[in-house]
Amino acid sequence: MKWVGSNLDLVWELIVAHVGLSVPPIIIGFLLSIPLGWVANRFRISRGVILLVLGLLYTIPSLPLFIFMPLILGTNQLSSANVVVGLTIYAIALMVRSSADGLASVDDDILQAASAMGYSAWQRFWRVELPLSGPVLLAGLRVVSASTVSLATIGSVIGVTSLGYLFINGFQRNIPAEVITGIVATLLVAVVFDLLLVLLGRVLLPWNARDRTSSRQARRQAVLLAEGVS
Amino acid sequence: MIEFRSVTKQFPDGTVAVKSFDLVIPPRKTTVLVGSSGCGKTTLLRMINRMIDPTSGSILIDGEDTSTLAPVKLRRRIGYVMQNSGLLPHRKVIDNVATVPILNGVPKKEARAHALDLLDTVGLDRSLADKYPRQLSGGQQQRVGVARGLAADPNILLMDEPFGAVDPIVRAELQQETIRLQDGLGKTVVFVTHDIDEAFLLGHQVVILQKGGHIAQVGTPAEILANPADDFVASFVGADKGKRVLRIERVDGQDVVVDENGTPTGVLRP
Repeated sequence: MKWVGSNLDLVWELIVAHVGLSVPPIIIGFLLSIPLGWVANRFRISRGVILLVLGLLYTIPSLPLFIFMPLILGTNQLSSANVVVGLTIYAIALMVRSSADGLASVDDDILQAASAMGYSAWQRFWRVELPLSGPVLLAGLRVVSASTVSLATIGSVIGVTSLGYLFINGFQRNIPAEVITGIVATLLVAVVFDLLLVLLGRVLLPWNARDRTSSRQARRQAVLLAEGVS
Repeated sequence: MIEFRSVTKQFPDGTVAVKSFDLVIPPRKTTVLVGSSGCGKTTLLRMINRMIDPTSGSILIDGEDTSTLAPVKLRRRIGYVMQNSGLLPHRKVIDNVATVPILNGVPKKEARAHALDLLDTVGLDRSLADKYPRQLSGGQQQRVGVARGLAADPNILLMDEPFGAVDPIVRAELQQETIRLQDGLGKTVVFVTHDIDEAFLLGHQVVILQKGGHIAQVGTPAEILANPADDFVASFVGADKGKRVLRIERVDGQDVVVDENGTPTGVLRP
């Protein structure tokens, strides 16, 4: 605790850098995975191919990927873009299956009904299919968020500042408190992200929330009916 | 008026759902297409609003060939009620009802106010407006489905086994409600069911279908009962087993009507 107390500024600075490094890949990965998931579902062959190939991207070890990024992107060795792009690739690899599954999870009866009412294909996608795949998308996004926050620590190995700095520095200088602080801070960031996503889900998907009052009411009504009161 | 002119539908897998089908559906009346599963009744219904396009032949609405109309626009002026309500689970009851008017460009506020009136029309309490569909009972959901079908005030209302998934008591209620609504609104209703009793109850015109959309008989319920066209129709309406045969027995100077089992069902009055 003494180490944390005297290095609060450093820890805070690293947390901010870590958040800055993790948020863009989560958002970009999410946005890109939706059209990919849609294409995957569109044709029978594309589903297998896209999900397999993109899924395999997750098996690329992160350190070499980050190291090779400058060669592929033509960026500076120390640029944070290397890590952001790398993390985006992992985010897509994880997210594309969720987005394909989410879009496929929408009940066909509901889609038929939407068409029958006169939604055009475009309107039906944005106003019916996408919102209704929300719960599955959110579940996938929570995994992506945890994975990205954790992988972002590797960035420090190639000189892109993140909470990983505390692992490396603490290990090299043999300060266990610093390493533990790094782990706890990373966990904290991951937990806060997760809570924010859950909150976002509550706001954007109010219809999905299990509301206890209505099920309690339904139970009470059932009891009343059974007793022949109502 | 809706007119089928030698309509054939063959699906990509080779099944012929409907073969050279001809029918005139009169305006402001309820026409019921009734038949067992696989007789093509849902296919016929969905060809009216171009959810399915015929392989050959044409469908005319008030003399206009539907193949010349844009499907999305066409659907917005035809009401559609389906089994299991087909309500959008992520939209509140009021927004579900207001969907089609809003798609048609009616301002949101106006559409919602009108949707509240429609809840009254279909016998639902306004307090349900802000609930999500899953918070409603099956019968209530089906009523919302009907309100949504009526929201854009369409001339034509298509109903695809709308009461197939609710229990018998609620179904009877909804059937009476449909008759009441139809008497008041005078829509051209095309109703699909496999239940002959429902068909006779609701239909001004009943179309009994066999496999492949082959018409076994068209007529009013009374005409079909009086003169079943063939053995298939007789057995479908239950006439062959003595069902629907009523007899008169004289009891204490009164004419008592009894059914095929001898159970009294009523008294005959001149």
